[in-house]
Amino acid sequence: MGVITNQGILDKLNAQFPDAIQDVSEPKGLLTFATGREKLPEIIRFLKEDASLAFRFLTDLTGVHYPDRELPLGVVYHLQSMALNRRLRIKAFLPLNDPRIETLTNLFPGANWMERETYDFFGIIFEGHPDLRRILNMDDMVAFPMRKEFPLEDPNRRDKNDDFFGR
Amino acid sequence: MTTFLEDKALQKDITTLNLGPTHPATHGVFQNVLKMDGERIVSADPTIGYIHRAFEKIAEHRPFYQITPLTDRLNYCSAPINNMGWHMTVEKMLGLELPKRVDYLRVIVMELSRIADHLICNGILGVDSGAYSGFLYLFEEREKIYDIFEEICGARLTTNVGRIGGFERDFSDKAFDRIRQFLKEFPPVMKDFEKLFNRNRIFIDRCTGVSPITVEQALGYSWTGPLLRAAGLDYDVRVLEPYSSYDDFEFEVPVGTSGDCYDRFIVRNEEIWQSLRIIEQALEKLKKEPEGLFHAHVPEFYLPPKQEVYNNMEALIYHFKIVMGEIENPATEVYHAVEGANGELGFYLVTDGGRSPFRLHFRRPSFINYQAYPDLIIGGLLSDAILTMSSMNVIAGELDA
Repeated sequence: MGVITNQGILDKLNAQFPDAIQDVSEPKGLLTFATGREKLPEIIRFLKEDASLAFRFLTDLTGVHYPDRELPLGVVYHLQSMALNRRLRIKAFLPLNDPRIETLTNLFPGANWMERETYDFFGIIFEGHPDLRRILNMDDMVAFPMRKEFPLEDPNRRDKNDDFFGR
Repeated sequence: MTTFLEDKALQKDITTLNLGPTHPATHGVFQNVLKMDGERIVSADPTIGYIHRAFEKIAEHRPFYQITPLTDRLNYCSAPINNMGWHMTVEKMLGLELPKRVDYLRVIVMELSRIADHLICNGILGVDSGAYSGFLYLFEEREKIYDIFEEICGARLTTNVGRIGGFERDFSDKAFDRIRQFLKEFPPVMKDFEKLFNRNRIFIDRCTGVSPITVEQALGYSWTGPLLRAAGLDYDVRVLEPYSSYDDFEFEVPVGTSGDCYDRFIVRNEEIWQSLRIIEQALEKLKKEPEGLFHAHVPEFYLPPKQEVYNNMEALIYHFKIVMGEIENPATEVYHAVEGANGELGFYLVTDGGRSPFRLHFRRPSFINYQAYPDLIIGGLLSDAILTMSSMNVIAGELDA
């Protein structure tokens, strides 16, 4: 299989999904782009099933919370193509009041727990997920602790107040 | 009048069995609620999160240096790999280049900890199949590796070894002596261990055909490391995306065929031999490198050794700036992966130029591997479920983070 550059991957995606690929960048050489939640499952399916790309490995799935942005909740997917020996990063941003995105469990069974973890920590709801429960925190927890507004420590505690070290 | 059999007392029934949270064979704190039809498992529901310590949240509130102890406690059987992975992520973020000698020293430490991790896993696999002595042989060797770590950094289990830009101090002569002694003394013990197990009728019968998996399934579950390689795919981060100085070494990636417990055991054993090969090559290459170089010259990022802080004004200033989190760092995103003992250990780091990460996510191989566990054991026997778990090498600290 010939060598394909990041630009080559991007060209293929742009040809297949016009106007869906936004915010393209290459931090540290890793192709990164954002897309809307409507197109995201299709794009990932295309990346997986296109024979010349074959991004058949879901390396990682996680969330990021940017409280200052218009669409604050980000879902970050790292995909890998072992045939091309190349990784890429896809992001989808969601509004805080409607954090819904389609699940990837039908494409990658391994997305199951990664999505549960992301739901547990960020409250992102993966539609169509077979078993969307909390995974690391207790079931009756109400907050989503990795969001920025959730404090690290109980704010009522005084014994751990140490302003010099950022706590 | 009802007879004995009509009275449903003897009718087949589904039993619920709690395997864990503190069952000795779970090697950690995780629960499996099994539904049993006699000895056969019909459904399994795993629960994790008993030791969840919110590392990602803590990391958002700490300067980069203070995150190293967190990574120690992910996979505590091979803490140095986690440390180095984190340092390399920060170095990638800052764009630092390291001298070759530092890279070789790092490779030595990482391969030693890979051996230690595999020894534990394979020893425990023996214990769980009923053979205790192999574990005892290997445990002594693992102690010797920990002696080497102690000589290098002063700690044994949670090593906190290395710094951003290199090591805290050079390896002492004693450390090199110990490494050479280990390379001489360990192979015969390993051969004994392999003799004890590799062709042992009981062990083979217990392990072959237990929880096999195809490459397709393993890739679907995002499996990496020895588990994926045992299924037959030679994916190894050290080969495909060489980090540190792994492209300077010659080694093979052992693969299995069926992905069952026995293949995983053999693949791990073979990896131990390959790791020894790498360490030997690294020691050889070290001879050609300048002596006494143990860190890159990047004073604004490298935390100086304590002795220099006491005696050198510049070192004191940089020490202060680094400890207070005044490192100048770019706003960027990094994903860096290293080949951990269980598979691809990834660090996804988002920075905004602040003193601590904006977001840090650990791609923990145990967490991702373990989700296939119910599917692997359903339909099998309870005793096979135990062996499956020990052959997957699930480390509770890494599972829960």
